[in-house]
Amino acid sequence: MSVLVNKNSRVIVQGFTGGEGTFHATQMIEYGTNVVGGVTPGKGGQTHLNLPVFNTVDEAVKATKADVSVIFVPPAYAADGIMEAATAGIKVIVCISEGIPTSDMVKVKHFLDDYPNTRLVGPNCPGVITPEEAKVGIMPGFIHKKGNVGVVSRSGTLTYEAVDQLTKLGLGQSTCIGIGGDPIIGTTTLEAVKLLMADPETKGIVMIGEIGGSMETDAARWIMENETKPVVGFIAGQTAPKGRRMGHAGAIIGGADDTAAAKMKIMRECGIHVVESPADIGKTMRDALK
Amino acid sequence: MNLHEHQSKEILKKSGVPVPTGIVAYTPEEAVKAARLIMATTGADSVAIKAQIHAGGRGKGGGVKIAHNIEEVEMHSKNIIGMTLVTPQTGPNGKLVRKVLVQQGVYYPGPSEIKEFYISILLNRATGRNIIVYSPQGGMDIEAVAAETPHLLFKEEINPIGIQAYQARKVATNLGLTGKAYSQMVKFVMSIYDAYIKNDLSLLEVNPVLKTSEDDIFAVDAKCAVDENALFRHPELAELRDINEEDPAEVEAGENNLNFVKLDGNVGCMVNGAGLAMATMDIIKLSGGDPANFLDVGGGANAKTVAAGFRIILKDPNVKAILINIFGGIVRCDRVAQGVVDAYKEIGNIPVPVIVRLQGTNALEGKQIIDDSGLKVYSAITLQEAAGLVKQMVN
Repeated sequence: MSVLVNKNSRVIVQGFTGGEGTFHATQMIEYGTNVVGGVTPGKGGQTHLNLPVFNTVDEAVKATKADVSVIFVPPAYAADGIMEAATAGIKVIVCISEGIPTSDMVKVKHFLDDYPNTRLVGPNCPGVITPEEAKVGIMPGFIHKKGNVGVVSRSGTLTYEAVDQLTKLGLGQSTCIGIGGDPIIGTTTLEAVKLLMADPETKGIVMIGEIGGSMETDAARWIMENETKPVVGFIAGQTAPKGRRMGHAGAIIGGADDTAAAKMKIMRECGIHVVESPADIGKTMRDALK
Repeated sequence: MNLHEHQSKEILKKSGVPVPTGIVAYTPEEAVKAARLIMATTGADSVAIKAQIHAGGRGKGGGVKIAHNIEEVEMHSKNIIGMTLVTPQTGPNGKLVRKVLVQQGVYYPGPSEIKEFYISILLNRATGRNIIVYSPQGGMDIEAVAAETPHLLFKEEINPIGIQAYQARKVATNLGLTGKAYSQMVKFVMSIYDAYIKNDLSLLEVNPVLKTSEDDIFAVDAKCAVDENALFRHPELAELRDINEEDPAEVEAGENNLNFVKLDGNVGCMVNGAGLAMATMDIIKLSGGDPANFLDVGGGANAKTVAAGFRIILKDPNVKAILINIFGGIVRCDRVAQGVVDAYKEIGNIPVPVIVRLQGTNALEGKQIIDDSGLKVYSAITLQEAAGLVKQMVN
């Protein structure tokens, strides 16, 4: 078991023949991901990386029975790509693209209400990996190891940092979900935590958040009510000033509730093993699992 | 991207929002000319002289004055243009005022009572939908209203298919309006929502919205912020950027594709990825230092970007040490290490100790390059080691 993606996932790449799409599709295939084709409008019928290219996601799904799509198209077209994938019957859409206008995502979120069996992860995220089965995204595969810790994070490289600490302590991962750093994302921290709590293979969860919004505290309150597995939490941005956007469009402190300190306090009260230092994520998980 | 008040009002006007007549002036002479014109054309017996800077609370800092005659226009504009305006939002150093908005006075006496309201539109992140936040307590700091009189703060969520007329009627009703003012307010709400959507705004705040003594509705003040991710489809809005309002180091960083935010501490940092950059700032604090900046070099860390990062961080005389924290994924650590070495050579002299922590793809090769370079650079592999080095440097 694992969540969202595994060795049986049939993955297509939207924006397949572009620079990013080509580079990361190659890496995903090398990792062993079952990539079955790709989509680039206007290039249908061609072969790229020894795989078929289609004009539309609909065509690709019909021809390859794909159920997972990873999106690398430029931000101006990414919302369109997500909606196209949903209508074509893709079950898990992982959108890597960064810089999608918020108003586009307001529409996408509303649009996806009509597709309850489709799950969007991202945008502006590193993707999802089930180690040694499927890498659907841009994370470095080699730092991961198969195991029992689930990871949920709004960040890219900070997730790699946490995963690396886990792996070096001998703690492998069930599935790592990069949910993305934008104000509107498909899968929230809480939804990702729920998936991992329901996964029998996952024994513990690392939850990495950031300043801005209320996703981590929403998840923390649910965890307090439903906790079955230990959760280690970290919130980046304890030293961030109010009102400034810290790189991620969603990482901005709006009020008193979405500071790192406020979130960490609530998480602690909800029984989460909160670490002050990102260097302690791995060992705290190890101790929590003892 | 924040806009000036006068720019925000131009945007609102295009969507049919009534705003008082206003003219921007860069000198007291221009302000006098503008005031004469406004008084002649509108019949107003007063004008407001309003400092144009990207910060709220201008009135409290003396940046907004009412002039009842031309002498007062001249006096106030002389005082305001060129002043360093300190408001609760500018920080202690304040901001230089380069221009003022001369605006028609609309607080004239008349048959009906003058009232001020608050209306803003923004994204509700929890639902992924836009909301109109409004209150009959206008002209005040809305956070104070939320804290002291939360029952006077209303919210109306807008379905992504668009605002409906009943929602605007609800706003007007909750604001206690009737008759002409009520119908004017319905139009006002529909128009500001149109402006918010058409211009891909991330915030639209009108505080106060004024009901005049003749039951007209005006946007007396306005503050708009544009979603930077949407600027590609609004070239006309991209042109409104005022780099005078931004930190020069942040502007330079942007030109080098670096994401930089200036802070007040003594340890600079350069990191790949926003989350790790924030976490690195936190590590610096936990090690006894204070972060001097946020700096995300993104996925393309190389000699050029690293050199630019060094130059920008070193502009700050408070920086006592620099921590470079790279987790190599797609970015290879050996390339970053070479970038650091090359940047060192290019800049010549880096007067503060530099700690380089490389982890991930080719981390050991990267460490080797740093160690072999003979430069005064401390290298680390784990985050814990890097934290220990920061501690040594700041003590």
